[in-house]
Amino acid sequence: MNASFTITIDNQSVEATPGESLLEVCRKANIPLPVMCDFKGLSPVGACRLCLVEIEGVPKLLPACTTLVAPNQAVHTQSDKLRKYRRMIIELIFSERNHICAICVANNNCELQKMAYELGMDHVRFPYLTPVCEVDASHEKYVMDHNRCILCTRCVRVCSEIEGAMTRDVMGRGFDARIITEFKQPWGDSTGCTSCGKCVQVCPTGALTPNDAAQGRLKKNPELVALLIEKREAKP
Amino acid sequence: MSSGLNRLTDLEKPATEDARLKRIQTALKRYDARPDALIEILHIVEESYGYVPLWMMALLAKEMKVPPSRIYGVVTFYHFFSLKPKGEHTCVVCTGTACHVRGSQRVLNDIEDEFSVRAGETTPDGKLGLQTARCLGCCSLGPVTVIDNEIIPKSEPEKIVALIHEKAGI
Ligand code: SF4
Ligand code: SF4
Ligand code: FES
Ligand code: FES
Repeated sequence: MNASFTITIDNQSVEATPGESLLEVCRKANIPLPVMCDFKGLSPVGACRLCLVEIEGVPKLLPACTTLVAPNQAVHTQSDKLRKYRRMIIELIFSERNHICAICVANNNCELQKMAYELGMDHVRFPYLTPVCEVDASHEKYVMDHNRCILCTRCVRVCSEIEGAMTRDVMGRGFDARIITEFKQPWGDSTGCTSCGKCVQVCPTGALTPNDAAQGRLKKNPELVALLIEKREAKP
Repeated sequence: MSSGLNRLTDLEKPATEDARLKRIQTALKRYDARPDALIEILHIVEESYGYVPLWMMALLAKEMKVPPSRIYGVVTFYHFFSLKPKGEHTCVVCTGTACHVRGSQRVLNDIEDEFSVRAGETTPDGKLGLQTARCLGCCSLGPVTVIDNEIIPKSEPEKIVALIHEKAGI
């Protein structure tokens, strides 16, 4: 094992091992950071930017999930600047698709909604883009509602890295980016999907849900997937 | 761009095989069908067909063992690739070395002049998309032109222009 070293986070000394990300180190030290795209055990992608931190001597903010620790790093996770940016980011996420919590199956069971409360989002300053998005209800067990998708790609990664089915990915870019199954086919036509439901469990919003979930009654179990990942990693 | 899902039937390979398909197969061999050669292969497909047909993506997914969703993601991420032929009718002029030596430039110039369109563009009425490719893999037939799905060997400028008039009705 590589020799560990010390870094400071919020003026507190913390031990770090080469190859670890700042987010991993924060987690071990019980320093909370807002995350949305990250899911422990899946490869980090830095998609949501909520985990931004300040590093002394670095002019730009960096996402903790994809930034590796380095000796003598001095990191700050709380500042007015960071709070301002996090608020802005969560508002931008809300303005991109149609997140109407009151009529969403995930109401009160949604990581995005929870995050908005935590970050103190009381309104959205940016114009809503209100795109017209598809709802794919062709799968026998699950529904994909693109109106609620934040493109965190947790579903894509769990499908390829844990289930190994690799049926999902992102198509297009910017405003047109969408999660697809196979060759952008109806999910129900997918010949690769094993219907394992891991994507549904880790989806932080109401974008992926079981098709029998009544409005506001959704129950997801991301812990089950987290546990599965842990067991696989521990496998001798 | 984002709406509309594809159906299983869109993935079926057309019955006709031609030099373009052979070219892709040769390229697959050359790259050993390595997944990391995906972009290179897709470039050759785009060049040869003027777009990336869905059935071709299905073929590549199988041969290169790349997940379908990944291929579709790549094709839709880069503006260089298109999912549909760019005009109602397409004309690809091969400007590879062999075809160039045999006069493909004249073919291209005549088409550009006659239909007021440049290579890489589509006529304003959307009737004709004009493209160039570098070697379609049948050099002995050069200069080679492909109009829609027909390969025209030993292309003569006047004949090609006449054929486009006829096929595209312009
Ligand atoms: S149900 Fe399982 S196999 Fe199907 S898309 Fe979701 S994660 Fe992949
Ligand atoms: S469907 Fe859910 S998990 Fe997948 S990218 Fe969208 S929000 Fe994330
Ligand atoms: S959690 Fe780090 S960018 Fe999303
Ligand atoms: S140069 Fe045109 S086919 Fe080879």
